[in-house]
Amino acid sequence: MLKSLRKILAVGLISQTPPAPDESLRTAQALDARIAAVLGRALCIRHVDAGSCNGCELEIQALGNPYYNLEGCNIRFVASPRHADLLLVSGPVAKNMAEPLRRAYAATPDPKRVVALGDCGCTGGVLGQCPSALGSVANVIPVHVAVPGCPPSPMRILQGILTALET
Amino acid sequence: MPLMRWWQRAQSVAGAPGVRELSVGREEWTQVARDVAATGGVLQALWVTGAPAEGAHVYGVYLTDPGGLAVELALPAGDAGPYPGLQELFPAASRLQRAAFDLSGVRSSDPDVRPWLEHAEPYPFTRVDGEGVHEIAVGPVHAGTIEPGHFRFSVVGEKVLRLEAHLGYVHRGLEQRFRELPILAGHRLAARVSGDSAVAFSWAYCQALEGLAGSTIPARAAWLRAVCLELERLANHLGDLGALGNDAGFAFGLAQFSRLKEDLLRATAAAFGQRYLFDVVVPGGVAVDVSSDSARALADVICAVCAESAELRTIYDEHEGVRERFTGAGRLEPQLAAQLGVLGLVGRASGQGRDARRDLPCLPYTKLAVTPIVRRGGDVAARVAVRFDEVQQCGRLLAELLAELPHGECTAALEAPADGAFGIGLIEGWRGPVLVALKAGPAGMVRFCHPHDPSWQNWPALEYAILGNIVPDFPLINKSFNLSYSGVDL
Repeated sequence: MLKSLRKILAVGLISQTPPAPDESLRTAQALDARIAAVLGRALCIRHVDAGSCNGCELEIQALGNPYYNLEGCNIRFVASPRHADLLLVSGPVAKNMAEPLRRAYAATPDPKRVVALGDCGCTGGVLGQCPSALGSVANVIPVHVAVPGCPPSPMRILQGILTALET
Repeated sequence: MPLMRWWQRAQSVAGAPGVRELSVGREEWTQVARDVAATGGVLQALWVTGAPAEGAHVYGVYLTDPGGLAVELALPAGDAGPYPGLQELFPAASRLQRAAFDLSGVRSSDPDVRPWLEHAEPYPFTRVDGEGVHEIAVGPVHAGTIEPGHFRFSVVGEKVLRLEAHLGYVHRGLEQRFRELPILAGHRLAARVSGDSAVAFSWAYCQALEGLAGSTIPARAAWLRAVCLELERLANHLGDLGALGNDAGFAFGLAQFSRLKEDLLRATAAAFGQRYLFDVVVPGGVAVDVSSDSARALADVICAVCAESAELRTIYDEHEGVRERFTGAGRLEPQLAAQLGVLGLVGRASGQGRDARRDLPCLPYTKLAVTPIVRRGGDVAARVAVRFDEVQQCGRLLAELLAELPHGECTAALEAPADGAFGIGLIEGWRGPVLVALKAGPAGMVRFCHPHDPSWQNWPALEYAILGNIVPDFPLINKSFNLSYSGVDL
């Protein structure tokens, strides 16, 4: 116990300032202004891997480390789409994941937003051209913000999420 | 010993050192498998090329005492009826054969013929009957930030009587996509078979390709590839150690280890320009050279990270709650691990002392003398201990590799190999041995490419490890295996 406390003190606070929103990531305009009004600054995210290689998942997990300190931005990941305001979707959409993705979208209460992640999620990328994949996330559900990269850095992902929050 | 007659008949194959290939008939196909099983060998991979109408080839690769043995069974057109199934000798063969049927239409003689990658119909799970037995269905979309797959638990109260996994949700058709690519460009797709093993898969692909093109990479490239592979191992182990602490209710562990992992990823990016090294290993060598200054800076960070990991290990070991959750959870006995042919890290935590870096070493591992880290406990605690020990092993190997980087070029010219040339790449990734089988096609294209992740063997073992445990311990036990979905869904 004492060792853990000493370690916590020795490391100190290392969290970085979150990035500003980036309008160039936005794919859909005229978003619902109600979201910002309802949410204030708290946001619940449900992540859906629709066919990714798991590279994007590594960077989503990194968002929780003390440097990016996602929860410090009042953003957290939730266990069900029914609890979520925003879907963070990685991958191209694999054929077998198209229906689960549509269901996760339908289960997310309105008003909701979708951020597509990675080159595969944005355009299909390397994996989206595979014969059993349906390409980008926007081919299956509406997308508001698309964050390219293979994988996109945690800062870039956070920027995408914050952009989706701006109206 | 009977295996030696096959070994002596087999020819050396291009790519990974210590691998031979052998063409056999139907009866011999089963006989080889029996002889491999009798001498304690394991099935590393199984796949099928071709189709019933045009003729097909079934391939099996075994890891045996004398080395890797690739066996090929040709099935003529019109007579591609069921080939002898290997499920009885190697349980992992069952899903491999079912996946191969979904991809090629060529069936094995084994009884389980449920589709694996093809999800058109609802999946017929095996039902457990009895008083008070009920099912819990989980997935494909899971509660955490992980990949999709379905788990069906049959439970009484909290106790798990049976777990059956149904995967294939992220099947994208990788094998078919490889066949549409120039052979000199396939490494980018190989790196994305399972992103957390990008270096292992891209190296295995390039090792096969360079072997069948008859090319040798410069010494500096081999050393830098090993640096990348060990960095990938170290980063994944640090991430897992944090997540395992968290799943045992010790959030401090996640905060500390995720910080160390981030430190390592940033140092990796400073040296190689990429956090996860997706596109560093390229045909003929590596795409990025490292200056001596950045090699030193990287070595310093690795040294610091490993020292902190040792410090945190003491905290884990002394934490009663953590110890209580780790010890005895999800036990996979060595005897069962041997029967199931479990590979890699999970195998080493259950007494299976295989490590391709020692057993089938390529440069620079021939110079490094890697000793596999083996525990016999088979529980979460053993898998945690293997990871802690391998963190220190990575630290030593990386210090040695970075201190002795050979000078010179880091790529060699490479020409597309001749049509029909066949090679195998085999690299010990952080999860276990990763295999890529590659056959060159006409005009610089790929005739076939089969990537194999060790998760194929280890998923069925997870279904045994959970038996008798309680449902709330599943996330912890599952994390201690940390298997790939993307890597097996193809």
